[in-house]
Amino acid sequence: MSLTILNAVIAVVAAIAFAAVNAAYLVWAERRGAGRIQRRPGPNVNGPLGLLQPPCDGIKLMAKQIMIPGGADKALFMVAPALAMAPAIMSFVTIPFSDTIVAHSMNVGVLMIFAFASLGAMSILLAGWGSRNKYAVMASVRAVSQNISYEIPMLITVITIVMMTGTMDLKELVAGQAGGMWNWNAVPSLASPLMPVSFLIFFICSLAETNRAPFDLGEAESELVAGFHTEYGSMGFGLFFMGEYANIVIGASLITILFLGGWGCPLGLFPGVWWFLLKIYILIFSFIWIRWTFPRTTIYGLLNLSWKILIPISLFNLLLTAGLLKVF
Amino acid sequence: MSGPIHIQPGETFTLNVGPQHPATHGVLRVKMEMDGEYIVKAETVLGYIHRMHELMGENRTYPQVLPNLSRLDYLGALGYTHAHVLAVERAAGIEVPERAEYIRAITVELNRIASHLFWFGAFVMDLGGFTPLMYAIEDREYILDMLEAVTGSRLTYCYYRFGGLYNDIDDDFIDAAKAFIPRMRRQLKKYDALVTGNIIFEKRLKDIGPISAEMCRKYGASGPVARGAGIDFDVRKNEPYSVYSEFDFDVPVYHECDSLARYMVRMDEMEQSLRIIEQGLEKLPDGPIMPKKKPKLIKPPKGDYYQAVETARGSFGIRIVSDGTKNAYRFKLRSPTYSNMSLFDEACEGMMIMDALAMMGSLDLVIPEIDR
Amino acid sequence: MGAYFSEIFLGLKSLVIGLIITFKEFFKPVVTVPYPFKTIKMSERYRGHIELIEDEEGNPKCISCGACQRACPSGSISLASKSVEYEAMVKGEMKTKKKKVLTKYNLNFTTCSLCGQCVENCNFGAITFSKDYNLASSRKEDFHFDLLKRLQERNS
Repeated sequence: MSLTILNAVIAVVAAIAFAAVNAAYLVWAERRGAGRIQRRPGPNVNGPLGLLQPPCDGIKLMAKQIMIPGGADKALFMVAPALAMAPAIMSFVTIPFSDTIVAHSMNVGVLMIFAFASLGAMSILLAGWGSRNKYAVMASVRAVSQNISYEIPMLITVITIVMMTGTMDLKELVAGQAGGMWNWNAVPSLASPLMPVSFLIFFICSLAETNRAPFDLGEAESELVAGFHTEYGSMGFGLFFMGEYANIVIGASLITILFLGGWGCPLGLFPGVWWFLLKIYILIFSFIWIRWTFPRTTIYGLLNLSWKILIPISLFNLLLTAGLLKVF
Repeated sequence: MSGPIHIQPGETFTLNVGPQHPATHGVLRVKMEMDGEYIVKAETVLGYIHRMHELMGENRTYPQVLPNLSRLDYLGALGYTHAHVLAVERAAGIEVPERAEYIRAITVELNRIASHLFWFGAFVMDLGGFTPLMYAIEDREYILDMLEAVTGSRLTYCYYRFGGLYNDIDDDFIDAAKAFIPRMRRQLKKYDALVTGNIIFEKRLKDIGPISAEMCRKYGASGPVARGAGIDFDVRKNEPYSVYSEFDFDVPVYHECDSLARYMVRMDEMEQSLRIIEQGLEKLPDGPIMPKKKPKLIKPPKGDYYQAVETARGSFGIRIVSDGTKNAYRFKLRSPTYSNMSLFDEACEGMMIMDALAMMGSLDLVIPEIDR
Repeated sequence: MGAYFSEIFLGLKSLVIGLIITFKEFFKPVVTVPYPFKTIKMSERYRGHIELIEDEEGNPKCISCGACQRACPSGSISLASKSVEYEAMVKGEMKTKKKKVLTKYNLNFTTCSLCGQCVENCNFGAITFSKDYNLASSRKEDFHFDLLKRLQERNS
């Protein structure tokens, strides 16, 4: 009994540590990456290659006073940042990094992650509503409508995959793709020839779900000052910031598990956790790369993209896959 | 995307955009009556950075006003100084050597490119793309280095003098400018691929923020804003001053009236400026840069003098009323951005806020120049 | 229908072109100068604040005529002088003559706009531009330069 409790504690602590370290160092990676793309070095003063920048930022943020604007809803204002970070950490519990490294394996892992991912919209809504700021309210309304409309194509794509593999267990999903990159879900198969399109749709949706550029309408800094976290300072802002990166890691992990064969090697050799990490960091790099290349979309452009392009195509793909599965 | 809006009374709220807001590029304030994300009514509030340049122009001698003009518009300072020296030269009847005029044209065009580059970067940043700003600033840095080597300062040049120039240009400058032209053409191609062709960018600007030719006439808009609305007006072509009649260049005009048209006008103008610089360097005559005979004290005879030039933002005019003393009696500045900004209130009605702010970016505002 | 798919395709293509451009830039060397650690050389004609020029004996060349003071648009320059009697050989005999000697030359850099009118109006070549640009302070007094003192400090 005590051993299982110890195991659970270790698993949770490890998940939190992984999320926190990633969130902190992805900020560094983002700033370095943005710097390289823009022909400048990025943070390079604190420590070698600026590697001590995240702890410095953290200390600075934690040392700051928490300011609550007058007339704001104090409870909601304080709850929102915690709500941004907590679901992201919770999702790590069920993500399998390799055959053996997983905090808690669940047979409905996919469902759980999406349930927690939807909570992210809640934190944005509460933050915007609680801050008593017109910019924040407008931003949160935008972000919520964006999150809702992008969850639909995302889930339809997931259903397509679940239909093909017949499981919602993340470990089994990966096991089904073992043996080389030709078995990955992102590669078109006989039963689902449109899988690369699904992969693209899922990728775009995870960009939108994590509120990343070019879909960062929730914090469109050139029109809504800082969006939903306009009024946040100190660690409240820090939590939103870290929550965003934790969500990116979740998004990249999900793409890896669902489409890119998890911890399997592209050639079917030596599967292991390093492949998983390599894949998610390549995906995260592409997130950063996209953010520093494109301008922001408009709110109606974003909804048009979701309702007129992504949803019809993913629905078509779902029907096609269902039909072909029946045939073969 | 603007549509018909039906507003219930009491359903709107007031949004204060500015004086400190990332989209206004300075201390401009726009009071907006909002219905959700739609703007019902906008009211521009100016004057947060008013510095009384016109009064200063009346209280100081003519040479002492020279540094003021570059403080109007810190991005395209040379164009404004050019207007001032041309106006005073016309008033006082000072002959300008040809070499000086050529150098003025070359440096003004370089400055125009620098200004447009910075606008390009800032405009794309308004739309949420940060990286093009850095590329644009890198290119602009080459121009600033060139101009610094000649004029001695990087932003608020005080380079032109009544009758000529402060310094002559040297071979280093000519070499640098000659090397810069092909480089800039390559960069413009890159910007076209990175930004102009981008689908997100196109979606945000195409058919967004219409400013018709009629509205331009009503508010006196000029420069790229008017040329983006199909009005073929460029002071350099229509009322040639300095040596602009010697150059062969086109005036880009677009008839779409949207934000994309204004963007395209400026991008094409950079190319045309490069052409002018190329021709100017080729034709550059030898000779003095200051006239042999120049009055010690500048006292224009009694009269009313006006000089307009085409700056990076539009048609800028200086009116000097002289009463024959060493100070001007009236020193009036007609700044292009002021007129361009005036139409914002009317143009943005019924637009969504993000489109309205994209349109504001496409007007190329420099706030110190509005307020003077 | 065809337009629908061609728009998606062309849109994706334009996005990929953009990505390729930024990816290429990723591997190019940085173009910035890490400012406090490295500085760039100012150009020959850089116009910093003004500085007095000395003659062969180490005294300021300035004869305190005040032309710079009058030319300054912002009234940033204030100078003072006193008359000094000195003996000089004029046509073979010693005579006491008077000349003005600069006793104070202050530049209020807070109002100076670096236009260079003072240097241009000086008929004796007594002032020049310095190359200082690292000027930063939180106190106003640090920008009230005593140029005469600076000249003496330079000489000693």
